[in-house]
Amino acid sequence: MAECHPVGFQWVMEAKARGATVIHVDPRFTRTSALADLHVPLRAGTDIAFLGGIINHVLQNEKYFHDYVVAYTNAATIVGEDFRDTEDLAGVFSGLDREDKSYDFETWHYEGGMVQAASGERDQVGSERVKESDGAGSDGARSDQARSDQARSDGDGSGGRKSRASGVKRAARGEAHGSGGAGISGEFETDETLQHPRTVFQILKRHFARYTPELVAETCGVPEETFLRVCELLEENSTPERTSAFVYSVGWTHHTVGVQYIRTASILQALLGNIGRPGGGILALRGHASIQGSTDIPTLFNILPGYIPMPHAESSPDLTTFVSAEKAEKGYWAELGSYLVSLLKSYWGPAATPDNDFCFDYLPRLTGSHSSFETVMAQLEGECTGFFVLGENPAVGSANAKMQRLAMASLDWLVVRDFSLIESATWWKDGPEIETGELRTEDIGTEVFFLPAAAHTEKDGSFTNTQRLLQWHHQAVEPAGDVRSDLWFLFHLGRRIREKLAGSTDERDRPVLDLTWDYPTKGSTDEPEAEAVLAEINGWDGHGTPLSSYQQLRDDGSTACGCWIYCGTYADGVNQAARRKPGTEQDWVAHEWGWAWPANRRILYNRASAAPDGAPWSERKAYVWWDPDEKKWVGHDVPDFSPTKAPDHVPPKDATGVAALSGTDAFIMQADGKAWLYVPAGLTDGPLPAHYEPQESPVANPVYPEQRNPARQIDSVVHPENRFQPSGDEPGAQVYPYALTTYRIAEHHTAGGMSRWSPYLSELAPAMFCEVSPELARERGLTHGGWAHVVTARNVIEARVMVTDRIPDLRVRGEVLHQVGLPYHWGANGLVTGDAANELTSLVMDPNVHIMETKALACDIRPGRRPRGPDRPALVESYRRRAGITERTGVDDTGATRTGGTA
Amino acid sequence: MGIKTWIESWPVYRQLTDDDPLGRGSAAKSRTSSTLRPRITDADHVTKSICPFCAVGCGQNVYVKEGKVVQIEGDPDSPVSRGRLCPRGSSSLQLTTGDAREYTVRYRRPGGTDWEDLDLDTAMDMIADRVIASRAEGWQWEHEGKRVRRTMGFASLGGATLDNEENYLIKKLFTALGAIQIENQARI
Repeated sequence: MAECHPVGFQWVMEAKARGATVIHVDPRFTRTSALADLHVPLRAGTDIAFLGGIINHVLQNEKYFHDYVVAYTNAATIVGEDFRDTEDLAGVFSGLDREDKSYDFETWHYEGGMVQAASGERDQVGSERVKESDGAGSDGARSDQARSDQARSDGDGSGGRKSRASGVKRAARGEAHGSGGAGISGEFETDETLQHPRTVFQILKRHFARYTPELVAETCGVPEETFLRVCELLEENSTPERTSAFVYSVGWTHHTVGVQYIRTASILQALLGNIGRPGGGILALRGHASIQGSTDIPTLFNILPGYIPMPHAESSPDLTTFVSAEKAEKGYWAELGSYLVSLLKSYWGPAATPDNDFCFDYLPRLTGSHSSFETVMAQLEGECTGFFVLGENPAVGSANAKMQRLAMASLDWLVVRDFSLIESATWWKDGPEIETGELRTEDIGTEVFFLPAAAHTEKDGSFTNTQRLLQWHHQAVEPAGDVRSDLWFLFHLGRRIREKLAGSTDERDRPVLDLTWDYPTKGSTDEPEAEAVLAEINGWDGHGTPLSSYQQLRDDGSTACGCWIYCGTYADGVNQAARRKPGTEQDWVAHEWGWAWPANRRILYNRASAAPDGAPWSERKAYVWWDPDEKKWVGHDVPDFSPTKAPDHVPPKDATGVAALSGTDAFIMQADGKAWLYVPAGLTDGPLPAHYEPQESPVANPVYPEQRNPARQIDSVVHPENRFQPSGDEPGAQVYPYALTTYRIAEHHTAGGMSRWSPYLSELAPAMFCEVSPELARERGLTHGGWAHVVTARNVIEARVMVTDRIPDLRVRGEVLHQVGLPYHWGANGLVTGDAANELTSLVMDPNVHIMETKALACDIRPGRRPRGPDRPALVESYRRRAGITERTGVDDTGATRTGGTA
Repeated sequence: MGIKTWIESWPVYRQLTDDDPLGRGSAAKSRTSSTLRPRITDADHVTKSICPFCAVGCGQNVYVKEGKVVQIEGDPDSPVSRGRLCPRGSSSLQLTTGDAREYTVRYRRPGGTDWEDLDLDTAMDMIADRVIASRAEGWQWEHEGKRVRRTMGFASLGGATLDNEENYLIKKLFTALGAIQIENQARI
């Protein structure tokens, strides 16, 4: 955090000055470690084992926050008899289809209620549900927030599984459930004594019993006493009086089990009562100025603004069917129809009418995963011929950089918009494949347009920061020359396309011709007014009056709103994101600086900051509480609860929507109102986290006989340039004997597009380097300051050697494990240049969110520079041959046939 | 310069007679440094902004003089950052005004070995034509018997470094054109 988010880290230091203990768990020693009370180096890719060990310690020693757990989590809920855990099935859960690398969730459901598929195949189940229960939904109230990490499920009591989608199809749905909790129904059985053997609590206990301090030491390379010290510090600090927070970044997400990393932390924090309370939580630190915003208002294939799923060809023939299938029975997500119709009204205005389903048919349909990695494959295959690259640098910044470049070399045309001539703009003349002879400039048919982009000082607009806070930046100066904002580019591109297609009678062109595209412009360049776009995002009623809350949205076409969770950011016609009352003139929550979605709320699930009776857990940690005199929730933040629902409220039996949630159902996005320790539906790779080794690992899985995540997404990206290595005790694994991890440093920004051209930053960090321990340096003959080259099955790169204790060796399964650390900021262009770490990484993904594994893999390292010219691919090929790598290496799973595990 | 002024200008003299006995402040100041002024003092105006690097969202004050950005500093009003910027944020002036910025359209024709000049208007027109062509080429009304109404002909990548309003227009326009392969850094 001190490296990548240094200014945010000031608050950690502030907390430390006030007595907080700071623990840093990371394979390398960084500036964060230097300032922490305790640095715990662990083997990259083993965090589930580490966190699972803490969960086990909490459960075995009864250190959980009992009253919180019973009231606010699903610990007491009883799971159906059919569920089989990893303990029963040698490291996998019931429902695994090995060939398809996917799970059938039928056996994961709660006793007494049919919890059907949420994310993965929800669309299919949803369509069945429409048929069987005739769209029986509720008109219940709505939740007032969207959460990207929650699953939904539909319980219509319709019984068993429906036909199976293909692995790719189901994988494509992994993230589509972003908003809204699970719409489960039925009467679930519970045992608040937590003793029934099939309560979530008891299942959890059995599942994690394997994660002993000894196993943590074996797997993670963390000595038992260090591990136990972490357990004790965390447990002591998680009480009614105190809270603990977890902070993570892409070190947790860039894995084939990334979602389950976050799940493990969620389980732990829920057990410790650290969610919804000040000083608690699990905080994702995101890397780009508006990466949160570009998820909320997504430039992502599988969702529409506000986490509304993109319709699927399989199951979304019309609006009613889609809404019935996707909305929740309970909770705020029951109002999906209002959010979607309001979005369609924003897109298509007067053309969207009740008679034409509000132009729902204008939305293109998905048929599988169309993530950036499948797009690379589609480009290589010639299906996708045009490509916009807008402020991103895939030629060095995306996994398997060579494949990214080869894909661009297959295009008809490429548009790159950036500040400088980044690698993604120039690979056709100076990319690595030109040097090796694998490509010849004259033979590359790609037409390339480079358009200079405006900086934040040259345009108006809002960024959404890592806390969901929208902050407006005002234009300071006019852009020079051909420099334009992306707002200008998109608006005028759309205008030109519409002019060229005007008068077309082709049905294909109706959506773009009917689009509302009349933004006011200003100045000599006809720059669109960004605030007019913000006003459209916020939404308005039939009179054009800005809306102030998404609760005003309707599904009859009387309201328009471009992103329902952002509704209120232009309330009263005022740009709320531009509010700048100085922090020193406000209380510590600072509600008058910017605007946070949803509803300007700063901590989600803050009902949990009070005990079930509505009183704060402690005065010290009071945040939101029930005022019995005023009969409403009050406190320091906007309450994340129905404002006047009393703590002792018991909903009537037939209640639906939010009305069905009781006065203690603090987790209001979940249809059962509980934080989920166990996920009965919604995850594609298991209801509980389990430690699997990374796709490529020098270590045989010490926890289970199953080496890799059996549901990882890999089959869609098998390609000659994306070969995988053998792992653990598979033959040939010793050819790539060292663990490899990638990371960032304070002086550069992501893949370098905004930092390698800066003289100051370049001077501070002038060269690509690799970090190795003194022992590894001795073993391989590496010299500090000299050159080394690093090899994987994809490519070889060179880097300056930094011999340092910062990346310590660990003892794993009784042997010394060396790790190689690589920053990924470099590329061939800019003031300081170097090979890109992403030459080494592969495309293999988490099945829930299609994020690749670049934080843990295996490599070899040797002294000296890498070969030049054709010798470079020849070296990579010779490694592949020595390791016996074929098309199927690392792709096919055989199940628990090897003897390495302890199960 | 009189002898008195000359003696008084001596750092040692000033150190002994002024309020700076350790000689680390005013006593050590040369005439040049004492006449230095921060470049922000004669800025025409200050624009409130937000750092464009990571997602912490530190406040920035952008100082403008004669239509040019002359300095970017942390905004002390921000409850997020309290005036601080990290090394990257502190380089915002170089990022936005440095000589690595490109100011003209660059064009590489198929098979071309170097960049060529192209005016912006022509480039925009050509890009619009390319989009229409790729869209038509990759158009699908149906896929495996199901209605999809989409194009697989073009894709877009990027958005996490852009504004919300820009992302909104990307998704809106490209969706209306039938494109589905719309992605950004959040995936990587």
